[in-house]
Amino acid sequence: ERMCIGRHIRFSVDTSRFPNLRSVSVDLNHDASLLIDIPDALCERDKVKFTVHTKTTLSSFQKPDFSVPRQHEDFIWLHDTLVETEDYAGLIIPPAPPKPDFDSPRDKMHKLGEGEATMTKEEYTKMKQELEAEYLAVFKKTVQVHEIFLQRLSSHPVLSKDRNFQIFLEYDQDLSVRRKNAKEMFGGFFKNMVKSADEVLISGVKEVDDFFEQEKTFLLDYYSKIKDSTAKAEKMTRAHKNIADDYIHISATLNSLAADDMTANKNLNIILSLQKVEGRVASDQDLKLTELLRYYMRDIQAAKDLLYRRARALADYENSNKALDKARLKSKDIPQAEEHQRQCLQKFDKLSESGKKELTSFKGRRVVAFRKNFIEMAELEIKHAKNSVALLQGCIELLKSN
Amino acid sequence: MADTARDAPPEQTDFHELEDGEELFPEPATTQESQPASLAAEDISTNSNGPKQDSLFDDDPEDLFAEATEEVSLDSPERDVLLSDGPSPAITPITPPTSVITPRIGHTHDDMFTHSSFDEIEEEEGGDSFDIHISVSDPEKVGDGMNAYMAYKVTTKTSISLFKRNEFAVKRRFSDFLGLHSKLASKYLHIGYIVPPAPEKSIVGMTKVKVGKEDQSSNEFVEKRRSALERYLMRTVKHPILLKDPDVLQFLESSELPRAVSTQALSSAGLLRMVNKAADAVNKMTIKMNESDAWFEEKQQHFENLDVQLRKLHTSVESLVCHRKELSVNTAQFAKSAAMLGNSEDHTALSRALSQLAEVEEKIDQLHQDQANADFYLFSELLGDYVRLLTAVKGVFDHRMKTWQKWQDSQMLLQKKREAEAKLQFTNKPDKLQQAKDEIKEEIEELEGKVQQGERDFEQISKTIRKEVSRFEKERVKDFKTIIIKYLESLVQTQQQLIKYWEAFLPEAKAIS
Repeated sequence: ERMCIGRHIRFSVDTSRFPNLRSVSVDLNHDASLLIDIPDALCERDKVKFTVHTKTTLSSFQKPDFSVPRQHEDFIWLHDTLVETEDYAGLIIPPAPPKPDFDSPRDKMHKLGEGEATMTKEEYTKMKQELEAEYLAVFKKTVQVHEIFLQRLSSHPVLSKDRNFQIFLEYDQDLSVRRKNAKEMFGGFFKNMVKSADEVLISGVKEVDDFFEQEKTFLLDYYSKIKDSTAKAEKMTRAHKNIADDYIHISATLNSLAADDMTANKNLNIILSLQKVEGRVASDQDLKLTELLRYYMRDIQAAKDLLYRRARALADYENSNKALDKARLKSKDIPQAEEHQRQCLQKFDKLSESGKKELTSFKGRRVVAFRKNFIEMAELEIKHAKNSVALLQGCIELLKSN
Repeated sequence: MADTARDAPPEQTDFHELEDGEELFPEPATTQESQPASLAAEDISTNSNGPKQDSLFDDDPEDLFAEATEEVSLDSPERDVLLSDGPSPAITPITPPTSVITPRIGHTHDDMFTHSSFDEIEEEEGGDSFDIHISVSDPEKVGDGMNAYMAYKVTTKTSISLFKRNEFAVKRRFSDFLGLHSKLASKYLHIGYIVPPAPEKSIVGMTKVKVGKEDQSSNEFVEKRRSALERYLMRTVKHPILLKDPDVLQFLESSELPRAVSTQALSSAGLLRMVNKAADAVNKMTIKMNESDAWFEEKQQHFENLDVQLRKLHTSVESLVCHRKELSVNTAQFAKSAAMLGNSEDHTALSRALSQLAEVEEKIDQLHQDQANADFYLFSELLGDYVRLLTAVKGVFDHRMKTWQKWQDSQMLLQKKREAEAKLQFTNKPDKLQQAKDEIKEEIEELEGKVQQGERDFEQISKTIRKEVSRFEKERVKDFKTIIIKYLESLVQTQQQLIKYWEAFLPEAKAIS
């Protein structure tokens, strides 16, 4: 993988080699009729351009194998149109991928540049390498998270057939025109404003179904807990990273001492190795734990959104009942009221049925993913610790034998 | 390129590329010349003002007739202790006070480093059979309010016959330690001995303790100080000369110790010390010494570099300690959060696994805390000690310069007087001539003595410094090596515990269904 920090960062991520993040969501991309991946991405200034590659046997597509360039905003557009589609109200819409965020490594790079005079050349080089690795890690994460979003869609029996999804995959022109129209139609921020009012709505609605009553209680509570856990896990990972960085400085100083003094030379190597291990612990923990929690936090938000839509439908149904009663009282417009009530009920029932299915399979997915990631995390921690022990004991032997 | 997500094993052991026979810790370059000769440290005078520059520190066994210019009582009890036989380091015989001064003008350096039987004996005994162990323990608050202080128990275990018993303990307070250091510094620093510095005062830290804050930070402060005091004493007694100093013996042995008052931070004596230090700094800058010995220049440069590097390393390690403490706190917080999440989780097996994860993380947070302590007490404090020690080393070099200056000043004065004497020949006041001639002759004689003394002092301090530096470097290498091994072992322990915890968690994770 080539990489240069600066205006352009281009690199090829062979995502099949790094299944780590993809294990947050299982059973993806197995159906050969529609296979999607992001083999490649380019970072220009602050904009990331993803190459979305599709391989399909479906006749609804014009070609069996093709790629298009897409920006993050295109993914958001696709997500939002799906959310706003009435027909999908009973589905959990896969959470939108978060915006690529290079702020952290960029700020660090800036600070490093400022502090260059205070450190030795080797220290600076090593720190720069670490930062480049961090940049690369952020990059990989964002590629994978965008990829998973698309793969969730392609694996879904209903969503995979969505017309806009097809456009997203196939349309070889810039999507920005469509995006602008969508914004005008749906008004992005209005949607968010309404959402928070609806949190209240969900809790306030009288639930008729035990299943949904339980789910509502569970999801609301779980969401706040997992949000907290995500934040705390992130802080843990950052502390690990800081320690790894400290080891870089320590090894650099030992290196300078070594020029003057033989004793430090051998210590230098052990510290450098420790740093590498510590760095890997940090990134593995990040992927297995923090990213897992973060992903499911967003997924649970998507599940909550489903509950909200159903609660809305229930409220609509209840309102339509009230309207029907009023109409009967006034003896006016009764057929319309009856028809409206029937439609509301139908919508509500459809949502409930579909919602139940989605929420049940969601729980199953969640449990499987947690299991897989916890096992992998424990195995990696053990592996790293064993490596450290071997390194350290080797060094101690050497020191003692002299 | 650093690849954060790949599961490849790290490069194994770069440090296996040691050539055969290559030393991991080769001895410093000056081995041969600087084997410590046996030193007889006799501070007989109990007024502890120390012998003056013209000391009895005669370590050249060839020269049994040391200077006799000071008042020394040969019948003091300490001397008997020093002269006893037994396992104590070899001691040169005391010279009788009425000896003749052997002129040492033109004495080259090489003679000072010849091996003698005494050297060999001390080699043998001074090294591995150094048998004294001091521990500082049981900090106890005495008194109340702003007059309160911490008393520490100082326990000595030793088989050295210098001491009256094999095991004994006394109670000491912090100012006692400072007082001891102050005495040793005034006696030995200016003749070239590297006196280990005492731990630093801390007005903030002590105030908290006095005020009675029983919280974690004041406990940590007391522990930090206790540990520092212990290291200070061990370093001091490891020095073969200092070990025999009566002030040291008194400090370790006597139950009562006169209170050292001039060590208070804000006392007039303290202020005076600060002013003197400043004056010294200015003087140092104006001494332009003709260095005839490249060794000293080289060593000074070496210590300058070492100082810079050690300070930098100290800063990095302090940062490591801080971040590891942060990691511990963050892990604890995550553990709590994971426990809550586990409670909220409705899938039974997953809920159990989350609770287990929370427990594991809680144990790990304690591990990190312990490791941070090891980082600090083993690594960080060691570096801090050496940064302070280097100040003492630099001070000793400065004293050598001052000694040289004094010698040069005497020489210049002598020169002037001789010129004045010569001029006298041509004076036209015959009646005053004889008187003036006599006066000048007296002055010249005195100055000649001073010049000789100055040169001797200079050679003496140079010799002492060479020995001290060699000893210091050896100690430093040994010290670092010991501490680093201990530190690495602490890291090993942490990692092994981590393995245990995660291996216990793994079946729980697999049990999720």
